[in-house]
Amino acid sequence: MGYDKRLDGRKFDETRPIEAKVGVIKNADGSGWFRIGKSTAYAAVYGPKNLYPKFLANPKRGVLRCHYNMMPFSGMGNRVRPGTNRRAKEISMVTANALLPILDLSDFPNSVVDVYIELPETDAGSRCAGICAASLALADAGFLMKDLACSVAVGKVDDKVVVDLDYAEEAYECDAGVADIPLCIFPQSKKISLLQMDGILSPESLKEAMEAGMIAAEKIYDIQKAALKAKYEGD
Amino acid sequence: MNKDYVHKLAEKDTRIDGRKFDEYRQPISIETDVSSTADGSALVTIGDTQVMAGVKMELGTPYSDAPDQGTLMINVELLPLSHPRFDPGPPSIQAIELARVIDRGIRESHSIDTHKLCVTPGEKVWTVIVDICPINDAGNLFDAGALAAIAAIKNTKLPAIKDGIIDYKNKTDEGLPLAHTPLSCTVLKIGNKLVVDPLSEEEESYESRLTVATTEKDELCALQKGGEEPLTIDEVDTMVKLAIAKTKELRKFL
Repeated sequence: MGYDKRLDGRKFDETRPIEAKVGVIKNADGSGWFRIGKSTAYAAVYGPKNLYPKFLANPKRGVLRCHYNMMPFSGMGNRVRPGTNRRAKEISMVTANALLPILDLSDFPNSVVDVYIELPETDAGSRCAGICAASLALADAGFLMKDLACSVAVGKVDDKVVVDLDYAEEAYECDAGVADIPLCIFPQSKKISLLQMDGILSPESLKEAMEAGMIAAEKIYDIQKAALKAKYEGD
Repeated sequence: MNKDYVHKLAEKDTRIDGRKFDEYRQPISIETDVSSTADGSALVTIGDTQVMAGVKMELGTPYSDAPDQGTLMINVELLPLSHPRFDPGPPSIQAIELARVIDRGIRESHSIDTHKLCVTPGEKVWTVIVDICPINDAGNLFDAGALAAIAAIKNTKLPAIKDGIIDYKNKTDEGLPLAHTPLSCTVLKIGNKLVVDPLSEEEESYESRLTVATTEKDELCALQKGGEEPLTIDEVDTMVKLAIAKTKELRKFL
């Protein structure tokens, strides 16, 4: 048997439709918007600014703080109650860690850069959409960056390695099960800065999935670059 | 400093962005279906201010004093994404006031016929939850939020019920029973001038503020005075009439 055809008819290595924009939030020092399928993320950057209380500050370099938040109506089921929860805290942390390697905040000692990520709708892959939007927002804010962060989930549904799982695919019931692997990839250096997984997976399938992620990241990279150029070429 | 500047401009019959005192910013637009996970949603733009509202329908138990009526909840999340002065954390008094004023306009106008939201009397009723989230706060969240809330309510389609539980994946064709569409106009008194659709800077510089919510029949359905200075009867009367006239203009976009 096996998973012969994807639920929404996509090719196994095909992402859902992607759109990206920058400069969508005028109050912010930089902002980005990223949509993949029905997962949409806004990101706004505020800073660098002084960090209080001062014991949190780093005298050698600026601190990056990310805040991932689902809008109350953005879940597939019941309303998501506002306020922090363990999931949002963890995603915020891994998001900051995914973005840090491409940033050089040594020019901003004792400062903080806040990145706020808000999701109006989610259909799996929301942390990845958030990271893509945040990467655009940081670039829009004018930070020196070694690369862009291109984030996409890969995984395995039954016997097939797939790119960009949606919610229905994550919930698909099959013999070999489903594995979901959110990745953040720097396309220039071909390095991975976010790697999580849940499900059951062989090491061979993980490698295959990461390689598929690299190719998808290249596509995201082109869309991100086009979004940045569209703003600054227009000026 | 800023406050003085806003006042000096008012004395010279002008504003920071050169608008007339009774003029709303442009563009004004409403985009609906902006969130596929919400049961209804809208994104309102007034000038540089953008506010999103989303509706989630839930099933709950009715209040004991209204066993055959659905319930309504309006919440405002002042997202730190939308303005540098908003911090993460529990709702500020500003967020609570905004939510309560928008709530009163919708509730007191009997905008939604809650009797039609009863599933099983005394046991199960629909709850309409509207969450209002500013994307960019450049001023006047009261009016933009009220407009977004009504647009999202208007855009709502009830999800299907399967075996007594909501099946969010399947929406019906049935909308919310909408009897009235309350909208608000907020008038600020800056010096001796009355100003509509304030910018953020103007919101930090006023003596008094009056939010006037009205129905499509120009009936008042909610009022909220803010600011430190009191108002005379004549001033209130003038502000209400100005608000009604301006709300008519806003209504065209709904």
